[in-house]
Parts: sequence; structure tokens; C-alpha cells
Amino acid sequence: MLEMVLTTGVVHLTIGNLIMWLIAFLFIYLAITKNYEPLLLVPIGFGILVVNLPLTFLMQEGEGLLWKFYHYGLEWEVIPPLIFLGLGALTDFGPMIANPKTLILGAGAQFGVYVAFFGALILGFKIPEACSIGIIGGADGPTTIYTTVHLAPHLLGATAIAAYSYMSLVPIIQPPIMRLLTTEKERKIRMRQLRPVSKKEKILFPLVTVMVICLIVPASAPLMAMFMLGNLFKECGVVKRLSDTAANELMNIVTILLGISVGATMSAEHFLKPQVIFIFIMGLVAFAFSTAAGILLAKFMNLFFKEKINPLIGSAGVSAVPMAARVSQIMGAKYDPKNFLLMHAMGPNVAGVIGTVVAAGVFLALGR
Amino acid sequence: MSDVTAPMAGKVIDVKVNVGDTVNEDDDLIILEAMKMEMPIVAPTSGTVKEIKCKKGDSVGADDVLVVIE
Repeated sequence: MLEMVLTTGVVHLTIGNLIMWLIAFLFIYLAITKNYEPLLLVPIGFGILVVNLPLTFLMQEGEGLLWKFYHYGLEWEVIPPLIFLGLGALTDFGPMIANPKTLILGAGAQFGVYVAFFGALILGFKIPEACSIGIIGGADGPTTIYTTVHLAPHLLGATAIAAYSYMSLVPIIQPPIMRLLTTEKERKIRMRQLRPVSKKEKILFPLVTVMVICLIVPASAPLMAMFMLGNLFKECGVVKRLSDTAANELMNIVTILLGISVGATMSAEHFLKPQVIFIFIMGLVAFAFSTAAGILLAKFMNLFFKEKINPLIGSAGVSAVPMAARVSQIMGAKYDPKNFLLMHAMGPNVAGVIGTVVAAGVFLALGR
Repeated sequence: MSDVTAPMAGKVIDVKVNVGDTVNEDDDLIILEAMKMEMPIVAPTSGTVKEIKCKKGDSVGADDVLVVIE
């Protein structure tokens, strides 16, 4: 009888497991009732729950089901690049091509990534760990996961959750910083309508970009190559089936595997550590500095350019697409309802994705 | 006479006025959706709606005339 009781999970439960259950329920609750990133939080929350049921051995190396998803999906670098394929097929680089100055804003908004990197080093994290924590500031989930799996896989749950949490908190974190750093006059700057971008330019863009960036930062190649391939699918116009599959069905499939794999790394013994709190703090620092850097850079550029940039689009350089661009639009319209910043903000926003991938490439080269 | 144009490509999800309506500056005329975001297109001046060149559900391009106000 006693032996039978010992084979059940109940007697092996720890306080840590129970805390993780609460976190799992919180994620699922937030997804269902508040609609916070439901496509990710539902599978992540469920992954957390089942991996904290004792004796299920779902993450047992070589045997557990979720370990296989994690190992072959994330450790083998399959899932994040496939997500980038889908993102490429969903991204319109037109606003950036029409106004290439916004590329500078997308690059500038990576400043927080480096601030958090040095911050994490000061807090005592090792270089590969600091790289994984810094990249949270790019506000790009798949890039954060890709970098962390390579450099500090034991931090995966924390960095992934921090990245996705801050992405969904963009509309709360950014506006106070935007108000603080801009004057009312600047918030009302209207920008000239973007010029139309030709099909030829849109087709050439992914080809030129993948060559230039992979030649300069070769370690960014897996993400950048798939990102630009997806975009070429979209823009070339002759492979609509592939473009649709990459952007929809394939994206959904890998999102399921990504979510449950990330959740599965969050067992109590891996996740409930004091360093997780530091990761969340440094992630927020990174995010705030990235937002501020984008705005200040736009103001700086206005000193030199005749055609002024509304600094509210600078904050869209963090790569949370399209949330950050929407925040720019909402803030701008609040001060002038006839001002439409959305498409202008999409320029730095998509440039920010490229910027974060480049930053990840630099970190991967540095941290290895 | 003033043309109210679409500031960006998007989908018309609501038309808030009818031909002949009197509108004040900054009144909502059209609700446009782009990037899964709803944006009101407001009247640039006060006047009367002379013509509505789009309807609910239309996809419009940047600079397309949506409403004419007199």
C-alpha cells in the first residue's frame, strides 16, 4: 500500500511546485481573461503546470516528451528561425525603405540591450548570461530565446518570460518615458506622407539586407537568413502558397512547440532562484533605456535634418511589432488627432527587429 | 471644398457621417483600420458633408479621397 502511495506524484510535491502551479494558473488566467499574449501564455502556462507535476519526467533528458520538443526544437535551433521565417512573411519593410533614416532609430533603440548587458555583469552574471539578459531589451521574444539557448540555457524560462512580459507591457512602460523626454510641440510634429515604395525595391531589400548583414555579423545568419527568406516569399509575389504557409500554419505549429518548450524549462528547481528577480529588473532597465535612446536619437537627428522627425516614433525602435508603433500613434493622436504616426513608426519598428538580430549576432560571437 | 484623404492604406470599418450632415472640426468621419488598430479620421474643418467616396468594408490606399466636405 505504502509503495503504491509512493509511486504517485502527490507525496513528492514540493512548495516550489505549488508556487509554479500558481504562476502557471496566473499565465493561463491572464491569457484568457486579459488577452495578454494568449498564443504564447496558454502553451507556456500549461507547460509550466505539467512540468511541475512530480514523477512525470516530461523533461527527463533523452526520454521526456517535452525534453524532446525542447531539445530538437530549441537546442537544435529549429524553432526560432522558423518563427523568423513567418515574421518575414508578415513584415512590410515599405515604411523603412521609404524613409531610411528610421534605420538609425531602430539601431539606436538597441542601446538598452548594452546597458542591461553591462548592468548584468556588474550584478555578477557571467558574460554569456549577461548577453542573454541584455537581449531582453530588444523586446524580441524569438531572438531572446535563440540567444539564451546558445549562451545560457539555464536562464531560458526567465529571459523568455521577461521578454514576452515586457513586450505585452509596451503600452504601459513606454508612454511615461515618451512624455518625460518630449515637449508638447515635438509631440505635435507632423511628418510628410511616406513615398510609395516600388515592388522592385521591396524584392531587392531582403536580398541586399541578408548579404550585407550576414557579411558583417555572420553569427546573425540563422535568424536573418530566415527572416529575409520569409520577406522575399511575401514580396516576390510568385510563391503565395509558401508565404501564406510560413505566416500562418507553420507559424502556428512552431508557436505551439515554442510555448510548451519554454514553459517546460520552468520547473521549480530551475526557476525559483533569486537571480530570476535580477533578470526581470535588468530586462525592465534594458527596455526603458531602449525606449529613451530611440526618442533622444530622434531629437538629436532633428538638429541636423530640415525635415523634422516626430520623436514619438523613436520609441518604436524597440522591436515589439507592431505594439510599439501603435503606442507612437496613440500618443501622437492624443495631442493632435489629425496626426498619423503609425506608418512612420513602423519604419523604426521593423528596423528594430533587424537591430536586435544584429545585437544578438554580436553577443553570440562574444559569448561563445 | 476640402478632400479628406486616407493617411495610410487600411480598411474602412465605419462611416460615421451621411451626405448632407453638418460637421465640426475634429468630428469623427471615418474609422480606418490599419495594423489591427482603429483610427478615427477627423474633419479638417467645419462644414457640410458633400460626398462620401468609401463605404464600410472598403480597402483604401494612402491618399485616396474618403470624404468631401464643403
